[in-house]
Amino acid sequence: MAGVPGKLRFSLGSRRSPIGASAISRGALAGPARISSGALTDPSRPFRFRFDGRELAGLAGDTLASALLANGVRQVGRSFKYHRPRGIVTAGPEEPCALVDVIGSSGREPNWIATTLPLQQGLVAESQNRWPTLRFDLRAVADRLGRFLPAGFYYKTFMTPGWAWERLYEPIIRRAAGLGRLAAVVPVHADPAETVHEHADVLIVGAGTCGLAAAHRLGAAGLRVILVDQDVAAGGGTLLDARWSSWRKSVCAALPQWPALRCLTRTTLLGAYGHGVFGALETLTPQESARFGGLRERLHVIRARQVLLASGALERLIAFPGNDMPGVMLAGAGLSYLKRYGVAVGRRPALFLNNDEAYEAVFALAAAGVQCAGVIDPRPDSRAAARARTLGVAVHGGAMVGAVHGRREVETVTIIEPDGRRRFVLEADALLISGGYTPASALATQLGATLAWDESLAAFIPDAAVAAGRIAGGARGVFGLAAAARDGDAAACAIAAELGRAADGASCPEPPPDAEASPLRALWEVRARGKAFVDLQNDVTADDIRLAAQEGYEQLEHMKRYTTFGMATDQGRLGGLVGCAVLASARGVPLPEVGLLRARPFAQPIPFAALAGPEVREHYRPRRRLPLHEWHESAGATFVTTGLWLRPLVYARESGWSPVLDEARAVRKCAGLTDVSTLGKIDVQGSDAARFLDLIYANTFSTLAVGRARYGIMLREDGMLLDDGTTSRLAPEHFLITTTTANSTAVLEHLEFHLQSTCAALDVLLTDVTDQWAQFALAGPRSREVVGPLVHGLELSNEAFPFMAATEGLIAGVPGRLFRISFSGELAYEIAVPAAQALTVWSALLEAGTRFDLRPYGLDALNTLRIEKGHLTTAELNGNTTADDLGLQRLLKKQGDFIGRTLAQRAGLNAAERLQLVGVRPTDRSERLRNGSQLVAREAPDVSLGYLTSATPSVEFEGWVGLALLSGGRQRLGQRLLACSPIHKETVELQILGSHMLDPENARVRS
Amino acid sequence: MLRIPCPWCGVRDESEFRYRGDATRLRPSAEAGIDAFTAYVYQRDNPCDWHSEWWLHVAGCRRLLRVVRHTLTHEIRSVEPAADALAAERAR
Repeated sequence: MAGVPGKLRFSLGSRRSPIGASAISRGALAGPARISSGALTDPSRPFRFRFDGRELAGLAGDTLASALLANGVRQVGRSFKYHRPRGIVTAGPEEPCALVDVIGSSGREPNWIATTLPLQQGLVAESQNRWPTLRFDLRAVADRLGRFLPAGFYYKTFMTPGWAWERLYEPIIRRAAGLGRLAAVVPVHADPAETVHEHADVLIVGAGTCGLAAAHRLGAAGLRVILVDQDVAAGGGTLLDARWSSWRKSVCAALPQWPALRCLTRTTLLGAYGHGVFGALETLTPQESARFGGLRERLHVIRARQVLLASGALERLIAFPGNDMPGVMLAGAGLSYLKRYGVAVGRRPALFLNNDEAYEAVFALAAAGVQCAGVIDPRPDSRAAARARTLGVAVHGGAMVGAVHGRREVETVTIIEPDGRRRFVLEADALLISGGYTPASALATQLGATLAWDESLAAFIPDAAVAAGRIAGGARGVFGLAAAARDGDAAACAIAAELGRAADGASCPEPPPDAEASPLRALWEVRARGKAFVDLQNDVTADDIRLAAQEGYEQLEHMKRYTTFGMATDQGRLGGLVGCAVLASARGVPLPEVGLLRARPFAQPIPFAALAGPEVREHYRPRRRLPLHEWHESAGATFVTTGLWLRPLVYARESGWSPVLDEARAVRKCAGLTDVSTLGKIDVQGSDAARFLDLIYANTFSTLAVGRARYGIMLREDGMLLDDGTTSRLAPEHFLITTTTANSTAVLEHLEFHLQSTCAALDVLLTDVTDQWAQFALAGPRSREVVGPLVHGLELSNEAFPFMAATEGLIAGVPGRLFRISFSGELAYEIAVPAAQALTVWSALLEAGTRFDLRPYGLDALNTLRIEKGHLTTAELNGNTTADDLGLQRLLKKQGDFIGRTLAQRAGLNAAERLQLVGVRPTDRSERLRNGSQLVAREAPDVSLGYLTSATPSVEFEGWVGLALLSGGRQRLGQRLLACSPIHKETVELQILGSHMLDPENARVRS
Repeated sequence: MLRIPCPWCGVRDESEFRYRGDATRLRPSAEAGIDAFTAYVYQRDNPCDWHSEWWLHVAGCRRLLRVVRHTLTHEIRSVEPAADALAAERAR
């Protein structure tokens, strides 16, 4: 590591900073490496911040990365696998290495990208993945062991013994690997989040020259345009080139004249989701954040008729030994730090470039007075190299970088000939590299674009047009700011035509011409001794890729999974194509045959909180409240959530069975009143209503008399039970279906589907009236006496209004419906009234019931009563049960078609050993039952014969009762079996009974 | 996300609809037998091609629509009310 191999050396000369000659004082510029004020930084607003405990100075407008570089901080983290020191590599969201923890008021948040994190006063950040400190990391020993940690190392090594993975290997590996760490405690009151839905004619992704020219054209055409850019300001490459500033200013000043055009900066497009739907994440500035109550990010869901991808191209790295050392950085990043933040990334930087565009960094550094150590270019000569020489910069043509040396950061660069022979060693404190530009094609491929290999650019280029969109500028390989602007304008004209708008408005000002450029020479890897990284974030070297290919992982996506190449936040943006090229050469095939990694959303890490938006905690799901919710609340109810509904569980705040059983007992003894408004209610009308219900229900409804109700079951087409409930005939062509609470939407959909497909010719109208009607069950031997006085003119005697009667009438003066149906097994009525009048009728019933000790009862008591009676809920109607399983086979009509009829006849659905519904009681009455207990025979305790679906302490019988699904259950009545609940370590002996334990003759409901 | 142009409500998000399965299978007649119903309920082609499917606009007009969608690109070629689709089917 230490020392400089080789004899040839250039002297660094004076180590004094070039700012020594500058008129600007060092202190005002916050940081020794800051040599000018920068386009974005504000020298009048200095900020203090802390990094790994060190107090440093920065400026408003800095990112954390630029402020660190300004302070000469090069190393900002340790790598994922080898714990090698790593520095800042880019100046944007594609940064693979400079991920940091930010310690804020709500705790520690990992994986902030330092290159996009805006510096704020008092920011506290810490490096990741080092222990105990950044400079001295004990786990860096992994680097020395590097040759014993090849690709697939974990897979190969930690195979045996099996027990050791969970207990030994995984905890150790997890501690050593990974990116960042989460706060141990997630704050309860997280920052607010917001989701907005946007609609646009055209979404333009990227506000460089291409996107700006297009926005100008489309704005002038009067279209609704959303222009997004991840940068803090619109402009893209123009922000780095003074020749373009007047063009940029003039376009940016023109855009606000079109009110239908909006420009969202600091907004990253996360992905394309098809059919013109896009996700974008906007990061708010601290000022905006303060204005929106602390909101940090805003998720935009954008629906656009057309999209223009003007997302430009990403500079790529070159793989060579030591290309991960702090101080090695992309050339574009070096240019960006200089122009935007006034930071020189080195006092004497060397550059390793294979294309003319990247020479912009050389020219800018020279113009800023930074002395370049030299440019290494694999091309013998080029236009840009000639220009650099005229500026006094040494250009070493036909050469490559074979190694980088330094103790913790770049000190020397070894220059080699194309054949690998060493040419000489250059002293330099930074190395800016560029391997060319890869069009940002991720979104294009998500939109279905195919990629074609372009030999002259050494890049995959997407089609210009995709479904409802176009790709323009650098994103499709049209490089040069002026060329991209013209391409964007042309694409905008095509889009305007597609949308039927004339695009004859004023166009952009004429852009300054692009410099003529010599072609690049594709250079992916310099093969020499040492680790040459293709993926800096996941520590994947070119050798790892060759090993993967050698071991059979030849397909790109296989190689990715074997080596972790292109995973995590990096997604192969810097080295993706390089890795593909290494794989292609290892396999001896042309690069296009290997292809490119599939880019999936998200384009950048996004906090879960931003995705969840405001839909968290109590807002996670909508909440349905009963019409009488306030009454239940004031009566002291404890609520339970069933589906979306809040229902009174019991009218007591304390837990335990005692208040539940009091309520249930009141029903059995006198009378109780419960709110069953959650039942699904479907109004069915039309001349074919009866015919339709005959098809839907397994039993017959056309024979039902007006003024009568009938219990019905409906099947799915596969023969399983879908739902049950009572349906009443209110008029010859008017039925009212009730469904279980849980299945109300499924049943409505089932009916609508069949009405519009299977029997589309029928004259039937379906209306969901669940919310329109409140419904109460009044149950108990005294219930007739309670409701009698409230239904004027209606005779309630058994003869006049028998069990299963249904009628419309005035109830407590309110027009409603009265049904004599029972879920509890007692004499009972259900009263339905318009939801708005619920309280009037409910109060009248309670008032009328005071003489009879009428009391409200909740869902728990309702359940106790129905279990005793053997009535069904979704615990038994669980999607795996047939009519026969639940003892309802006699309801299946013999004549005529119905949904599920044919497949219900399958032998397997009628086998004797199927699970059938039975009632159960513990032999020892003092023992309790548990739902889900497995039923076994004493002599074969490891063979499950079924399970308990429902259990409750009983008010009718001593001890507990339950319902169970038991193999061949109806043949086992009277048997004794064991109910085992291993998680409670309980085994209870049971008696098997018929499922209708209470009043099997139905005498009470008819009383 | 699919955006489905409902003939009654306009272009709406997929989340407003419920997928109701393959629209190329029509319910057999009552006496068609177990094999015909087994085919109707369980047997499905899995084409990488245009596919005709039922979508019920549950959070909109509650109409059943037949959508012809490409299973590879998700492109939607046609959307028509179920009744029209079935009438055309019967006419064939």
